Amino acid sequence: MVNLIIDNKKVRVPEGTTILDAAAVNHIPIPHLCYLKELNEIGACRVCVVEIEGINRLVTACNNVVEEGMVVFTNSPKVRETRRVNVELILSQHDARCAACVRSGNCSLQTIANDLGIIDIPYKEDLPYAKWTEGFPLVRNYEKCIKCMRCIQICDKIQDLHIWDLSNTGSRTNVDVSYNRRIEEADCALCGQCITHCPVGSLRERDDTQRVFDALADKDKITIVQIAPAVRAAWGEDLGISREFATVKRLVAALRKMGFDYIFDTNFSADLTIMEEGNEFVEKLNNRENEKFPLFTSCCPGWIRFIKSQYPDMIDQLSTAKSPQQMFGAISKTYYAELLHVDPERIFCVSIMPCIAKKYECDVSVLNDAGAGQDVDVVLTTREVARMIRAEHIIPEVLEEEEFDSPLGVSSGAAVIFGTTGGVMEAALRSAYYLVTNENPDPDAFKEVRERENSWKEASFDLAGTNIRVAIASGLGNTRRLIETIRKGIVEYDFVEIMACPGGCAGGGGQPIEDGVELAEERSDVLYGLDKINEMRFSHENPSVIKCYEDYLQRPLSRRAHSLLHTDHRTWEFNITPKKL
Amino acid sequence: MSRLSIITRDKAQATVETLYKDLERRIIASPPGLCPIDLASSFLKMCHAQTCGKCVPCRIGLGQLEKLLEDVLNGEAELESIKLIEKTARSIYYSADCAIGYEAANMVLKGINGFRDDFEEHILRNRCTFGLYQPVPCVSLCPAGVDVPGYIALIAEGRYADAVRLIKKDNPMPATCALVCEHPCETRCRRNMIDDSINIRGLKRFAVENAGEVLAEEKAPTTGKKVAIVGGGPSGLSAAYYLTIMGHDVEIFEQRQKLGGMLRYGIPSYRLPRDVLDREIETILATGIKVHTGVTVGEELSIIDLKRRFDAVYIAIGAHIDKKIGLEGQEAEGVVSAVEVLRQIGDDEYPDLADKSVVVIGGGNVAIDVARSAVRLRARKVTIVYRRRKVDMPALKEEIEGAIAEGCEIYDLYTPGKIEIDDKGHIEALWVQPQIVSTIKSDRPIPVKAKKDPERIECDSLIFAIGQGIESKPLEREGIPVTEGVIDALNWGGIKNVPGVYAGGDCVSGPATVIHAIAAGKVAAANIDNYLGYYHIIETDVKISEARLADRIPCGRVNMRERDVTDRIQDFDLVECGMTLEEAQQESRRCLRCDHFGFGVFKGGRIEQW
Repeated sequence: MVNLIIDNKKVRVPEGTTILDAAAVNHIPIPHLCYLKELNEIGACRVCVVEIEGINRLVTACNNVVEEGMVVFTNSPKVRETRRVNVELILSQHDARCAACVRSGNCSLQTIANDLGIIDIPYKEDLPYAKWTEGFPLVRNYEKCIKCMRCIQICDKIQDLHIWDLSNTGSRTNVDVSYNRRIEEADCALCGQCITHCPVGSLRERDDTQRVFDALADKDKITIVQIAPAVRAAWGEDLGISREFATVKRLVAALRKMGFDYIFDTNFSADLTIMEEGNEFVEKLNNRENEKFPLFTSCCPGWIRFIKSQYPDMIDQLSTAKSPQQMFGAISKTYYAELLHVDPERIFCVSIMPCIAKKYECDVSVLNDAGAGQDVDVVLTTREVARMIRAEHIIPEVLEEEEFDSPLGVSSGAAVIFGTTGGVMEAALRSAYYLVTNENPDPDAFKEVRERENSWKEASFDLAGTNIRVAIASGLGNTRRLIETIRKGIVEYDFVEIMACPGGCAGGGGQPIEDGVELAEERSDVLYGLDKINEMRFSHENPSVIKCYEDYLQRPLSRRAHSLLHTDHRTWEFNITPKKL
Repeated sequence: MSRLSIITRDKAQATVETLYKDLERRIIASPPGLCPIDLASSFLKMCHAQTCGKCVPCRIGLGQLEKLLEDVLNGEAELESIKLIEKTARSIYYSADCAIGYEAANMVLKGINGFRDDFEEHILRNRCTFGLYQPVPCVSLCPAGVDVPGYIALIAEGRYADAVRLIKKDNPMPATCALVCEHPCETRCRRNMIDDSINIRGLKRFAVENAGEVLAEEKAPTTGKKVAIVGGGPSGLSAAYYLTIMGHDVEIFEQRQKLGGMLRYGIPSYRLPRDVLDREIETILATGIKVHTGVTVGEELSIIDLKRRFDAVYIAIGAHIDKKIGLEGQEAEGVVSAVEVLRQIGDDEYPDLADKSVVVIGGGNVAIDVARSAVRLRARKVTIVYRRRKVDMPALKEEIEGAIAEGCEIYDLYTPGKIEIDDKGHIEALWVQPQIVSTIKSDRPIPVKAKKDPERIECDSLIFAIGQGIESKPLEREGIPVTEGVIDALNWGGIKNVPGVYAGGDCVSGPATVIHAIAAGKVAAANIDNYLGYYHIIETDVKISEARLADRIPCGRVNMRERDVTDRIQDFDLVECGMTLEEAQQESRRCLRCDHFGFGVFKGGRIEQW
């Protein structure tokens, strides 16, 4: 233990503790901006500087550790003046028109500037000039970037894709796409983790809310919206309502108020995905000698972009099943259009996703099989939906719960856990067990896959005498480690689930942002809770799914199912080659 | 009003003078990888500040050039702008009245020639082709990438054995380098921005001398793969060391009687004592390396045969063949090459130079080494003849100073002419032609013949040290490509179309430094390991302490001191004195810890394994 004095208070902390942490545990908050624990401890913003007795120059609290007998002042006149100057300098290179910023009210720079009482900046505004590719799902605003380097760090250390780097040097140092590439040439997976770790509004999704408002205003359009599993665990965060209150049924109520004609659940098509992917897997197992294992899940478009750019020789091992979003789109403009007796061209299909890559996925031309424009017309992130609710002046606190529409709003507990790492695997195993044995397992029989481990989780299960070896990875750095190990022949699996974002969609790049806090686990708990209380725990028992097969698709992997619900990854081009370091 | 007065500097001018000094030191410590246009623009701004304002091209033109460069940097220029910049700079160069103007314009013209690509990248894509890629100056400038701030921090804490273990992760010959490394690590030390570079080599020596015995890292399980190393110099020994601890079976084949290569047969023991070298080699061999001495490629040894018997071969035979001098009378008795003399001394056979007048031809380290050796062999007079100026000598400055202090005469600006031979066929004198320093070509002024008569230097012995090469014939016979006197190896040590055979060190680079040879050995070891189908990680468990937070107060650098001249010329013992504990503590605490402060904490500050 180390003894020191912080702001005249005697404190005792373990050796190796940073000054920042030592102060924090003693209820002395030191303002900081670029710092992210274990990820970005580089002292770039110099906001967390403190004074140490006997040292003339100030020291950053975030990345320097306490020493025995140290006397620290977190708010001495020298610190106060320096910290303020540094924040003012950052503001001089930041487009501070906060009123027109998606992060207004949820911006660490804004908070610090407000806290310090900065109402006037003595420096001339000096914004950098650089041009971003218009229309790309991921947007960088160079004029807001404060060069905290967090996006570089998350992409390097967690996602292992190295999309961001410093560009130029000296006074013109900027953060930009690495190797002088433009973003559309880069092998970005579009996971959006850089967005959720940006402390300001420099990174965001392409805003598609106006396209949705336009569709809602169009009398000829029938607006259908689907809500992804993980959205229900997080949508209230940006609106200041508690997790308990922000149920999916209140989101349904808000969307109905907004004017959507039909409000459905991506969970329905998650159940459909299990039917297709589960059968595909069982079929593959029955033909073990001629098939290549493992089979990889295909519901995460970030992962799809990753494998297509990093391991293009492995795309034949991807499940051909489309993602629940795309299955929903295809069904809504075929089966559901028939049910409504309407021209599918009139249907405008919106999906609410915790994801940036989904915005890319809906634009992939070969995924549009319903023959009525794009199967999914617009993808909104959880954050965009929260913005729309605010724009519509809907008061979430007074919303009553409302039910999904039928039939595409019916879903099982297996579907809701798609929103967390391991969920697709667990749901698939529940139904695969049934497909092989013709009887249901204990719904919690495959709970082991929920455990979180370093890099990836592996487990094996007995499916009527067949040993099934599975692996689950979330985060692309973990994914790369897993795939490299598979390729070296060190491990062998039959079925592998990959989610690009750490923690799965619960931690998705389109989810609400709380700076410095990782909420994936908390949101996952909500999803597991929803699975637990659902009376229906198996995808194959979803009556709407059963009916859809009976009336329209015939059976899993049928011709029609193939044409609408599956894709050939070889025709789905993604000709981006990664730059080697 | 007085007719004349003494010019005194006022406070402002005196302050500016110190700022000039600060700037000079700052430029020395400039990190590599900066945007060249940004720098050119900054230089131009300074040049413009120097203008007196009399003439148009300089007063107005430099300012306009600055604006044009800024446009390029701000992405507001067209490709056509490059032409305008060129035209403007050219006109300033042609028409400025004094050097303040025309040399400033010349810098811009040089830039357009030197980094036109970067101009285009800025204009077309608003990006720079350069990026800061070397965050810790000392580490990035060390060819072997030794963790300098790491081991200096350990020395400051008195953890000398840990310091040596940390060095050995990247360089298995710390004791040798502690004495003879040319320390490129010190050249851009950021401490220059405050006062002066850290004496890194001196600190390393202190660590090595106080570490006690430091054993090799634990060996990986044996792989059963066999690697032959041809040449037991620093490069071969380094490759052998790492390959052995990776678990491979290594055998060294050495032409001479003892290992060490140029460390033994090129560097005199007053710079690198034999007991230090022997101990270092023993430590490396103790990992379990088999050694065959007295075997030569092309004679007892064939690469083709080695390739058959081993899974991989590393050729590190050095550059030991002296370049012939080509003078009239060179066959005279008493004319020898420096390589020959130093080789004899390496095998403890001291040539008899007592009371002789010795002339050494050359200006490199080998020339100085042989001259200082001649002093120790009690030569009556030692003269170093060099065709350029003393300041142009490629030898280390401190070595030249040492030689002068020991009584060597330097005849600079003389080219050797014919050799005068007495009737017994022995050299009697060397005729030299005085030169005059002339224009600058490739950054060095060339010497040209002066309008003076040749001079005669009487001598009993002539030793020439004008460069070395490799014995290429036997290699070529075995299919190893040799271009311009060196083996044609790739930057990763491999040889095109000859899988499994690697080469590195002086035989690839031409005569270079110990640390370059060591680095080549390290590179070869890593790539041979991969070639053999492995990826052994070389690392150490030494934990480096946190950086000290104390202010860095300007403080002089501890320089190495040397033994008294009259004393040291009596023997071949080490000339240089080590630091005292007090000095080492002060010097190590001067380190700015660029691995923690600055860019190093963000990217590339510490490479923990390879």
